[in-house]
Amino acid sequence: MLIRIKGGHVIDPGNLDSVADIIVKDDRIVEIIKRSDAKRTTESHRDVPYDHDIDATGKIVVPGLIDMHVHLREPGHEYKETIETGCRAAVTGGFTAVCSMPNTSPVNDSSQVTEFIISKAKKAGLARVYPVAAISPGLQGKGLSEYGELKQAGAVAISDDGKPVVNSQLMRRAMEYAKRFNLLVISHCEDPELASDGAMNEGIVSTRLGLAGIPNAAESIMVMRDIAICELTKSSLHIAHVSTEESVNAIRKAKKRGIHVSAETAPHYFTLTDTAVLKYNTHAKMNPPLRGEKDRQAILEGLSDGTIDAIATDHAPHAVLEKKVEFDKALNGIVGLETSLSLSLDLVRQGVLSLSGLIEKMSKTPARLIGVRNDFVVGNTADITIIDKEASFTVNPDFFHSLGRNTPFAGWELKGKAMLTMVGGKIVHISS
Amino acid sequence: MQFVKKDILDMASLSVEEITLILDTADRMKEISERPIKKVPVLRGKTIVLFFHEPSTRTKLSFDIAAKRLSADCISITASSSSMVKGETLIDTAKNIEAMKPDILVLRHASSGAPYMLSKVLKASVINAGDGMHEHPSQALLDMMTIREKKGSIQGLRIVIVGDIAHSRVARSNISGLTKMGAEVIVSGPPTMIPSGIEDYGITVNTNMEDAIADADVIMMLRIQKERQTHFLFPSEREYAKVFGLNRERVSTAKKDVLIMHPGPINRGVEMSHEVADGPYSIILDQVTNGVALRMALFYLLAGGAKNVDTD
Repeated sequence: MLIRIKGGHVIDPGNLDSVADIIVKDDRIVEIIKRSDAKRTTESHRDVPYDHDIDATGKIVVPGLIDMHVHLREPGHEYKETIETGCRAAVTGGFTAVCSMPNTSPVNDSSQVTEFIISKAKKAGLARVYPVAAISPGLQGKGLSEYGELKQAGAVAISDDGKPVVNSQLMRRAMEYAKRFNLLVISHCEDPELASDGAMNEGIVSTRLGLAGIPNAAESIMVMRDIAICELTKSSLHIAHVSTEESVNAIRKAKKRGIHVSAETAPHYFTLTDTAVLKYNTHAKMNPPLRGEKDRQAILEGLSDGTIDAIATDHAPHAVLEKKVEFDKALNGIVGLETSLSLSLDLVRQGVLSLSGLIEKMSKTPARLIGVRNDFVVGNTADITIIDKEASFTVNPDFFHSLGRNTPFAGWELKGKAMLTMVGGKIVHISS
Repeated sequence: MQFVKKDILDMASLSVEEITLILDTADRMKEISERPIKKVPVLRGKTIVLFFHEPSTRTKLSFDIAAKRLSADCISITASSSSMVKGETLIDTAKNIEAMKPDILVLRHASSGAPYMLSKVLKASVINAGDGMHEHPSQALLDMMTIREKKGSIQGLRIVIVGDIAHSRVARSNISGLTKMGAEVIVSGPPTMIPSGIEDYGITVNTNMEDAIADADVIMMLRIQKERQTHFLFPSEREYAKVFGLNRERVSTAKKDVLIMHPGPINRGVEMSHEVADGPYSIILDQVTNGVALRMALFYLLAGGAKNVDTD
């Protein structure tokens, strides 16, 4: 199988930024021909008939996007999403790989579950799935999972996502022990007592709606604790779904002090505020909750100045019935895989990030954090996303590949999408 | 003016004109309850369902009596007697009720926003009889009716609401409605019970109760729920009564003709002393009496009675 992606604007931050052709043979990149060099190269494959000759003129060609925070729901909650449907949604959104969170049933706290997820993903043959294993067995916060065996089985990180690790001593030991296996510790930062039974952000909107609020401090207090533990243990820490100004400030300061902390935020935190909840919109309910405008601005600033390293969706599919209930009874979370790229490209249009800065946050940095290679280098695996910046579409959840329909962006006119997604040399998505 | 709203969900969406129409209609309804035969035929053939998903005595009874005095057929169901104990969702239960063609559904529910969800799927009118911590519009309207009856107008009155503002749907509805009608509203109570951003309604917060009630025209006391102690909202009933309770000495700092109100049920000796609850300024039982008239007005306006029959 020989594929040429020709004439696209190839951006591999720190490596390539020019119009070039990429030649893929079987699963690998075999040649990268910059247009400026075109005359000098032998163009070894020129006369060979390509199985696919893809015209990427005017498009952006980047190392495959990676979403490091996704709930695939399988095993156990296949009515919400399966590994196959989740991966189908991922490649449609331009993602060549996703990290799957461990709050499945059973919880991914054993090598058997990790191996099951990887084998299911292979069978689906769409996006790569890098499992995140549980920090503690059953997400119970009472002990350490077997990180050594989990790593060997293919886990790339550990997290009790969905639940905070309340016990500080356990968090300390988890960070210390995970260091030995180069497993990234991803923290869901939330003080459960402060968050209490809150259903949305605490503020004017929650007061008007008569809904229990979750204060910003419920997140930042744990961000600060985990930074302190990270400093103590001299390990690495990744903060999941940052939503508040105080968290951004704490992470910025920690980075200045040389602490190895990284952070992600999700498109909804830089796109929406808690006013999206008005009229009791359960599709705007997630944890952490949508915050105020001041927080949204702080997130944008954090993205712009590098405090926030990655954009991840926290893709959380739910069945229709789990959202079509009273607001306080509705489950937390929204789907994100099929809208993330478009919403994030808005950051470029707003001047918050350069195009290459965006590719860093959606592709290169997530790869580096979970320890996988994702560069346009001859001989590397061909995981490639071709982005059409100008293509616009209306979000219609009925057409999602994800089983989840829970999005606050239904009906939105979005601009920019994945035109083609290639995983290991295989074309897994072509935009219609 | 004709009343065109399908539902009564909150005070926030009612205009000054609509509120005035409701209060004027309620004033006229009041006399019916004084007659030897307390019944008029205006809603004969109309079906009203009271769906109370949370315990209630006075509100449910008040709606029930109001419906019967207008000759409507009124059926009452509660959560424990409904299929919801069998796991049916609220929307499904409501759609099944709808299939039996009621004209009005009165909903009391523990979840804020529940009536909105139903109003979107039901053709029947929905009256919010209290949703979570959100709103309780018929209570605010009967409070406004009572204030207007005693003072002539709401405009320009200094009205103080004291207690657990954060968890009170009565407070939210009254704040919204009273400010709309031109009153100056002050809220007071322990800082733990004042919700974030409440000033956004255009009201003042004063956690010093003595200062808050000075020169008040109306003092509205809210019920303190004992179980809130476990959420660290106040140390004890004893201390609450001492710092935030309404007693005779405190009443004396308000205006000479102050009105003392309470949505009930009262914790005597906690938020209010016996002598104040039963004292000369208390209009607590007038509120209850007016509640029936006010709810008759809501049924009458929603069931289209105004378009057919005139009670005058």
